[in-house]
Amino acid sequence: MSGVRVVGRYSFILNGRPTTVEAPPGYTLLETLRQILHLTGTKDGCSSGDCGACTVLLDGKAVHSCLTLISQVEGREVTTVEGLAGSKVVKSFAESGAVQCGYCTPGFVVAVEALLRANPNPSIEEVKEALRGNLCRCTGYVKILDAVKMAISD
Amino acid sequence: MLEQQVVHRYSVIGRSVPKIDGGEKVLGLARYLDDLELPNMLYGKILRSRYPHARIVRIDTGEAWRVGGVAAVITARDVSFNKMGILKDQPPLKDGKVRSVRDEVAAVAAVSEEAAERAVEAIRVEYEELDAVFDPEEAAKPGAPLVHEELGTNIIDLNFHFSTDSDMEGVFEGAYAVVEDEYRLQYMNASPLGTMGCIAYYNELGELTVYTNTQAPFLYRHELSQVLGLDPSKVRVVQPEIGGAFGRGMDIYPLDPITAALSIKTRRPVRILYTREEELQYAPPRQPAIIRMKTAATRDGKLLARDADVILDAGAYVSWGPFDGRVMMATTTGLYVVPHVRFRATVVYTNNPYCGTQRGAGNPQITFAIEQQMDSLAEELGLDPVEFRLLNANTPNMVTPQGMRISSCGMRECLQAVADAIGWRGRRMAGPGRGIGFAAYFHVGGGARVYRSDGCGSTISVDDYGVVTLVTGSTDLGTGSDTALAQIVAEELGIPLSKVRVVNSGETVRPWDVGTHASRATFVAGNSALMAAREIKRKLLEIASEILLVHPSKIVIRDGVVFSSEDPSKRIEFDKLVRRAHFRQGGEVLTASVFYDPPTEMQDERWMGNLSATYAFGAQAVMVEVDPETGVVKVLKVVSAHDCGRVINPAAAEGQVHGGVAMGLGYTLSEELVLERGRVINASLAEYLLPTSADTPPIKAIFVETEDRYGPYGAKGIGETGCIPIPAAVANAVYDAVGKRPKTLPIKPSQILGAG
Repeated sequence: MSGVRVVGRYSFILNGRPTTVEAPPGYTLLETLRQILHLTGTKDGCSSGDCGACTVLLDGKAVHSCLTLISQVEGREVTTVEGLAGSKVVKSFAESGAVQCGYCTPGFVVAVEALLRANPNPSIEEVKEALRGNLCRCTGYVKILDAVKMAISD
Repeated sequence: MLEQQVVHRYSVIGRSVPKIDGGEKVLGLARYLDDLELPNMLYGKILRSRYPHARIVRIDTGEAWRVGGVAAVITARDVSFNKMGILKDQPPLKDGKVRSVRDEVAAVAAVSEEAAERAVEAIRVEYEELDAVFDPEEAAKPGAPLVHEELGTNIIDLNFHFSTDSDMEGVFEGAYAVVEDEYRLQYMNASPLGTMGCIAYYNELGELTVYTNTQAPFLYRHELSQVLGLDPSKVRVVQPEIGGAFGRGMDIYPLDPITAALSIKTRRPVRILYTREEELQYAPPRQPAIIRMKTAATRDGKLLARDADVILDAGAYVSWGPFDGRVMMATTTGLYVVPHVRFRATVVYTNNPYCGTQRGAGNPQITFAIEQQMDSLAEELGLDPVEFRLLNANTPNMVTPQGMRISSCGMRECLQAVADAIGWRGRRMAGPGRGIGFAAYFHVGGGARVYRSDGCGSTISVDDYGVVTLVTGSTDLGTGSDTALAQIVAEELGIPLSKVRVVNSGETVRPWDVGTHASRATFVAGNSALMAAREIKRKLLEIASEILLVHPSKIVIRDGVVFSSEDPSKRIEFDKLVRRAHFRQGGEVLTASVFYDPPTEMQDERWMGNLSATYAFGAQAVMVEVDPETGVVKVLKVVSAHDCGRVINPAAAEGQVHGGVAMGLGYTLSEELVLERGRVINASLAEYLLPTSADTPPIKAIFVETEDRYGPYGAKGIGETGCIPIPAAVANAVYDAVGKRPKTLPIKPSQILGAG
């Protein structure tokens, strides 16, 4: 094995719980979540901020966890899809046909959650704009937009 | 045998029930390939060729071995693979020569991704570059650089040739109207959100377990065993949740035996997972094509003849891509009623990436040509394009020139439905800068016998709480086919959907299935599940008959209660009945196993034969707006009508249509793998443009429900069809808007603004 690995210690609130994690400082939040904390609900679709599958909430705002370094979340609040059980967005996605292969779904759920927290009654154009950074190859987005409408009216 | 005699009102069939696996996917609980970590797992990386065509002079792996954390470094010299591929033309690790920049030269396994990457970079390879060929027409000429010298030619003889007449030229000469043109279609990446990969674990007992996102686990097991020279009974294939596939997972690829070989060397689990860049660079793209076509019609608007001459660039090796030629042939001969047809495809090797099959499998490509010619011919004949299509539409109970026997066919209804829904009033009536275009499709809808068996096995067992478990060979690619199977079983047994579980994770207990392709899962696996459910029901009714003292024919199961149709007070709960069956002297565990293979034929050497039990039809109408200044085409609206038989789950079927249309729009307007000397130069999602929610127009799905006599509850396939007519429909709409015909995909502003 190669030599000593530099590891940092980071504390933040993860899905409502104080969490401390040791990770190399160059690690992204996505790598930390998936590889160290084994929270695999956040998906890695491109590692370059182009697909949105890795979207998480950072202090309530949607960010690409693949472009966020773990050092940037020190002392802040992170919510992943695992922390959204019971949310009306989760319910509406499961019921409306918005899920096919499901790989992009957690990222969409988190992005919609962020949108509705900031703007509980967005127009369809605002929804499309908020989801511009999330790619889905299966659904053609129609049922995803239906799910968002369902969550808004719920 | 599976004919439906009476149409009842169904309790689960025809309802938009949520996907049975929706909840776990929404919450991120579903485990995909990249979510799996096995104890002691190593990470693999592959070194690819630096050149599109070169001799390998020397490979030096010494430095790679010295990188910390490296457990194995392999080249062709370290393994004894058999060649792979449909024509067995590809060594998984290349020896002596590389034929494309995808070619695998060496591979590494190490304790981390980073260590593996460093080690791969430390491998020194000396090449002697060779002349390469990237243009399939050049490659077909004598004197072109040979991709496989031992063959003496780059032309691959796959015999894709069909003709109804010996003198086609004579037929065309006598025709009243003829249109002729050339069309070019590009490379497209399937781009599922979950990338390709493989985890292999070979243990000290000589057993290999492979975790893979294949679409065809049983063929995969067979072929992987062959390439590795292992006894297939020692090879187990497990499919985690699949993050989309769209045809990409139909073959095995060098990464599969290479991952296995790294595990065989180290006796540790090894994972190779493509990054997004690798996915775009190395995953098999959709088959590109050059299509030269002509179509003739009579004075009274009847199609007379169609002739297609197609060039297919296989790339450096043959995977499923060139076999899109078979589907192109079927559509050339079968879409609309055409008495005289000829199809010929020339397949050639080049130093380009080798192609896989992708949703629609050649049908979007050929339909792009056929349906534009339909439009041109209608104009030449002075006929309305919808009228002209209706006049020549396929009809129920007809046979195509290749002997494909059409049972149900709602093509006319679909054409009429989309014309009505889009507000068609005639050519050039869509408003300034706007246009409306139409296209129809013909596709397999009842499986496709391209292997010896097109079958699927099912086993159903019922536990003592009345939970019914369907173990199916079929693979759900994310489309919801498992939910459709559960609906079929729940309906047949008269129990709530929540009592049905579907198991197909790839454990060896699964019965055989040929794989999920050709829109076959709901039809073939559905019929298989239905037959198994009927057998369970027969057994249950017999036992109920003894208990209730009612003849089995007078017993009904509904909402989980088993009762006499004549005296509903004679009743027993479903789960209680199962316990009665189990817990008695001579009792039995309620199970049923069936293998359903559709009533179809393998095509003969002349390409005659009914390869699908039934066929799916449909039509699309598209409204576009073309900016006269910029030449940018904006799709305003898509209406997509489908005869997919009875719809098992409307929401899921709509989802297939929406997704297919969006994928087709990407193919038509934005997606193109740009190659430079055989290498993809836009291998990132910032440059390879998938449709986003902002680009996707309103898509209206319409179902013309025929009741197919062979389908489970009358259903036919729907998985691929949404993407088939879209390129042609958009091109026809562009023509309606600006009078210019895009003959190359993707449609670019330069085609609109240029002369023509």
